[in-house]
Amino acid sequence: MEAVHITSPFDRKTIKELTAGTPVLLSGTIYTARDAAHRRLVQALKNKEELPFVLKGQTIYYTGPSPARPGRTIGSAGPTTSGRMDIYTPRLLSAGVKAMIGKGSRSMEVRETMQKYKAVYFIATGGAGALLARSIKKATIVAYEDLGPEAIRMLTVDNFPAIVANDIYGNDLFEQGKAKYRKERS
Amino acid sequence: MIITPKLREIKAKDIAEAVAQLCQRANFELDEDVLAALKQAQQSEQSPQGKEILHQLVENARVAEAKSLPLCQDCGSAVIFLEVGQDTHVVGGELNAAVEEGVSQGYTQGYLRKSMVSQPFSERKNTKDNTPPIIHTEIVPGDHIKIICLPKGAGSENMSRLVMLRPGEGREGIIDFVVRAVDEGGANPCPPIIVGLGIGATSEGAMLLAKKALLRPIGRPNQDPEIAELEKELLSRINDLGIGPMGVGGTTTALAVHVEARPTHIASLPVAINFQCHCSRHKEARL
Repeated sequence: MEAVHITSPFDRKTIKELTAGTPVLLSGTIYTARDAAHRRLVQALKNKEELPFVLKGQTIYYTGPSPARPGRTIGSAGPTTSGRMDIYTPRLLSAGVKAMIGKGSRSMEVRETMQKYKAVYFIATGGAGALLARSIKKATIVAYEDLGPEAIRMLTVDNFPAIVANDIYGNDLFEQGKAKYRKERS
Repeated sequence: MIITPKLREIKAKDIAEAVAQLCQRANFELDEDVLAALKQAQQSEQSPQGKEILHQLVENARVAEAKSLPLCQDCGSAVIFLEVGQDTHVVGGELNAAVEEGVSQGYTQGYLRKSMVSQPFSERKNTKDNTPPIIHTEIVPGDHIKIICLPKGAGSENMSRLVMLRPGEGREGIIDFVVRAVDEGGANPCPPIIVGLGIGATSEGAMLLAKKALLRPIGRPNQDPEIAELEKELLSRINDLGIGPMGVGGTTTALAVHVEARPTHIASLPVAINFQCHCSRHKEARL
């Protein structure tokens, strides 16, 4: 299937056109956040504090990159397991986050919340961090620097390869894929 | 007559230096056997999307080595296996401290990600140099020290399982447990995976066997034909699950199943699974 070119932050129209299983090439601005940063973001929302970036329409990439060598933009930067963020995700979606990039499946609660708030979930290839780093053109730490690899970074990406795993219609790439290739044994 | 054995002296600083090098090489260079298994899977995989992912993994290995970039940003916990010959004498420092120093140097010099946090359930503060390592030491005959560095990513490690089966559940019980664990792990451990299985011993013994099983070159069967047969059946059953590369659906869910078995108690049948993602990294050195 031909990859669809899309840009972050997202508008409603683009989100509506994405369906599970579609390969995409993502360009634009995205923000990294994983376990510890999620905990802080959700705490900040709870305390009604100012957030380090505007969540509305944005994409969160679950990654904790390796350090950049001198003169380079970033180190290796592939996705981490998304399921660990499931406990925080509904709150962020309700605050306007429109897309997430990670690896692995999401909880039923997250999938339902994605349908409710019209958000999508992409997967990128786990363990391909050196290759994926080539699509990252700029990286700037915007918050929580003390967290080291878990700090929030603003990334500028160019044709970052991913696949739609969950869309706003309730479809799930993992269920679809497994159904197609599973051989049942009696 | 008392014979005093001649001890070969090995400098602590040489141990640290070797560990530092191994941590970096393991993170930059994918072993030939893993690369060959990925390329073979690229040929046999039936899902086009699965094939594309395998292609990315082969390409990733090329980029990582060319640029001295970590294959995966999760540069792992530093799991270090030491085989210490009983006729060696470490001089100029303490053995474990030398290994720890090597890990610190390797992760810092190589721009590897430091992923270790202190007190695990509350403070969770990054230790900033990926120490402490997890060290497993065995005393063996000889006057050498063998060091194996296995950077272990958490995505696959988190899927580990241990069960104490009833002996009566036997071979079928083992197969059911393993296939279910892989099915439930789904896309999380970064398939195509390598399944390390430890059967027998005690609970902690089985888990260590499962981890050691990952050190075997991919797909080399166990020398015991009965165990080799179990490996073969498990691999086929796992690949029938349809999970596929990164869980997108496909015919390659595992590249290999490695089983290690040991004697156990009359009342026990411990079975431990250690998942290894496709980015199976380990390098060794002999001093």
